[in-house]
This record gives sequence, C-alpha cells and structure tokens, in this order.
Amino acid sequence: MKKTPLYDTHVALGGKIIDFGGWALPVQYSSILNEHHAVRNAAGLFDVSHMGEILIEGSGAQEFIQQMITNDISKMSPGRIVYSPMCYRNGGTVDDLLVYQLDTNRYLLVVNASNTQKDYEWLRDNCNTKDLAIKDVSADYGLIAIQGPASQKILQKLISIPLEEIRFFRFVDNVEVAGVKALISRTGYTGEDGFELYVSSDQTVKLWEEIMEAGANEGLVPAGLGARDTLRFEAALPLYGQELSPNISPLEAGLDRFVKLNKQDFIGKDALVEQSEEGLKRKLEGFEMIDRGMPRTGYKVQADGKDIGFVTSGGLAPTLKKNVGLALVRIQYSNLQDEFFIQVRGKSLKARVISTPFYLKQ
Amino acid sequence: MKVLEDLKYAKGHEWVRVEGNKAYIGITDFAQDELGDIVYIELPEVGAHVEVDDIIGSIESVKAAADVYSPVSGEIVEVNEELETSPELVNEDPYDAWIAVVEMTDSGELDNLMDAEEYEKFCEEEA
Repeated sequence: MKKTPLYDTHVALGGKIIDFGGWALPVQYSSILNEHHAVRNAAGLFDVSHMGEILIEGSGAQEFIQQMITNDISKMSPGRIVYSPMCYRNGGTVDDLLVYQLDTNRYLLVVNASNTQKDYEWLRDNCNTKDLAIKDVSADYGLIAIQGPASQKILQKLISIPLEEIRFFRFVDNVEVAGVKALISRTGYTGEDGFELYVSSDQTVKLWEEIMEAGANEGLVPAGLGARDTLRFEAALPLYGQELSPNISPLEAGLDRFVKLNKQDFIGKDALVEQSEEGLKRKLEGFEMIDRGMPRTGYKVQADGKDIGFVTSGGLAPTLKKNVGLALVRIQYSNLQDEFFIQVRGKSLKARVISTPFYLKQ
Repeated sequence: MKVLEDLKYAKGHEWVRVEGNKAYIGITDFAQDELGDIVYIELPEVGAHVEVDDIIGSIESVKAAADVYSPVSGEIVEVNEELETSPELVNEDPYDAWIAVVEMTDSGELDNLMDAEEYEKFCEEEA
C-alpha cells in the first residue's frame, strides 16, 4: 500500500489503518461519530495527501482545460477555484475535480486519488499541442484539510494574513503557516467552513503538528476517512465511484450548475445536450427511510414491482439522526414525496424522496 | 480486547452466557471494535425456532453490516428491545448488551464452542 507523509503520525495517534484504493489511511482514530460531530461543532483535521495533483502549464492551457471539463473557466483569474466534472464523449464521467488557476497559463487540477493515473492519461491523450506541459505532481504535495466552524480561528493563530479575506473557493499561494510555506484554499468536502493546505511533502508532518497544537483548546480532533464520508454524504456532495462514474453523467447526478451547455465545444457536450433536450431517463435523488432499516451502496430500488434504480450512498446521517440515502432512480419516481422500496438484505423497506442536501450549515 | 472467562464463544464472534437451559447471546468486544460505531440493530422474533448458525439478527455500524448467527439451537424466548433505540450499548458494554435469549434444545452443542482462552487465540490469528 502507498503511504502519505503522515502515515507514522496516524499510527502514533491510534488511527485504524485501512486500504483505501491502494492507500494506507486511517478510517477513524477514536470513533467515526465522534469525529463527525467534532467537525460539525468545532473542527477536524484530515490527511488528504492521497488526492492527485496535475499541473497544466503553457500558452493555450485555458483553452485546453475548457475542452476537457464541463464547467466554464473563461471568467477565472489567478487565485480562484472552479469545481467541475470531466466527461467522456458519451457523457459518462471521467472524474470530478477542482481547477486552481495559479497564474495566467498555469493551472493545478486536483483529482480523486484513485483516478489520478486515468485522468493524467486522459488529459495527455486529448492534448494535441506541444505548447502544453501536463505533469502529475501528486508526489510533490502533502494535503491537509481543516474543516469545521472553528477552522478559521485555529488556523489564524499560525498565519499573519487575515484569513477572512480568503473567500469560498479562493486561494492564496505561498502563505507562511508556522514557518511552512503553503497554498491555502477555502474549500473542503464536509459541508462546513474550512481550509485545505497544500504543502511540500516533507513539510506535511510539521504542518499537521502545528495545526493540532493550535487547535488543542478549540476542540480540534484528527478525523479519518469514515467521518469524511459521512460528512460529505450529509452535505450530498458526490463521491466518484458512487454518485458519479463512467456510466453516470453529471446531469443525472444533478450537477447541472457545473455543466455549461452554452459554452463552446467540450468533450461530452453533444451527449449531454442530447440528454438535456430529450429529458433525463433517471436522476439522483435523496430519500429517507420510512420503514426501519439501513440503506447501503448498491441496494436495489423498486416501485410498482419493478427495479427502478439503485442506492449510490446510504446510511445514518449522524447530525440528523436519520437513515437516508442517495439513489439513482427512473425519472418518474424522482419527485419530492415519491415513495419507493429499498431492497435491504432480503426485505423490501419503504422510503420517501426528500430534498438534498440532507444537512446545510447555518 | 476484553474476553470474559465464564462465557462460551463462537467463530462468528458471538458470546453465549448459559443460565440453566437458557443461552444469552451477544457479540464480543473484538466484534464491536471491528465494526466501530453501531447505529442499527435488527432483532429476531420471539417464538422463532433457530438452528445452529441461523441468522438471528443483524448489526450495522456507520461503515459495515454484520449478521449475528445463533451458536445454539432452540427457541427465541426473549430479545433485548432496548438495543433498537440504543444500539450504542453494544459498543459501550458488549458483554452486558445481550441480543437474544435462546431456550436450548440441545445443550450438548455448547461443547462445540470455544472457551475464553481458545477464543483469545482465535482472535489473535484473525487479527
């Protein structure tokens, strides 16, 4: 298994290490629920160094990225971040990613760990100019996320620039954090306020320790992959491999606002325009269990005696204390209050469509 | 990992406490630790007849689901309904949070189970 620079730190903290797509990472330190609530009420510190970083540099970088992703980066400027799906020609999803504009002709794509190699090859295969350099720089970076309402207060102790000036989906590069240079962005994957800090791999442990110390009296706890998943799930943020895949388009996943069908040509546009014009056949919806039971990824959804879809993510929403899920279902069953049945371990249990996100920060 | 001396253990990480002809069944400390935060428990129906290794319930944690198998044959005579509303009791005290009571039809089946020492070894090998 691959290890992040923080592997020894996780072990020393009592992290329960699992194999996460080839990476040795902690699923939890104390308890997923404790870590989840800490992030909602105070703050949690996550090692997300496994994420992939791909640097795209050269004249024409903007035009190239515009071709590759569904969102529009033409109005971007350095210091800004755009979230976007990236599609195949048939409209299926290659990955969902963040685009950081570092400079006029310089962009950093932050991609899902398990997709890094695939994305890198997809980008290279579709690049037909020699003026662009596309580099997988994942190994150069450690990535630490601090998430939760106390994040700014904790981080501010270590930084001289005023953090409140970094707005949502903006970043500042080369910030000194307790003597460590970092790129700091106001981003995250939990539905809370928070920051992500990109640092050189060999400085990651020092940065982690400094932040933990700064947060010691503010309720900061180390948080693992388990809480990361329950937090993103409550906020109904898509997880590649579950809500998005080569077989699921971003329109089906409800990511319409990140798919700009009016922009000039991009890969997948024709298929997505067709889906949009003909009307979607299925759509991702949130549901809550009416009957007692736990919906899980992959469980079948039925209505009127027929299979109508499947659960993409499901389980307890710890903040709401409800069993909820996301399911990709036939369009005629995707209206609020529609009822269907989840096939849970041999039983057919009733559920009802509700609005998402399940959790929205105040 | 906590293992109690006076209990019997099954390979599915269930424990059995024998009181007369009744077998109290729960899951072990090792099992609850493996599962993590338990958030949902499904109990069997009182009156149901079960054979060894029949499923008598399921336990779901935040990340995983596990079936509970009966280590003995007999009739379910009682279930711990408190667990339906407070499943976390299994994490807090797994040897107190029994799941069901089986009125045994063949107490000889208990001989097929492990004692504390054997179970401890079994867990070491599995870990």
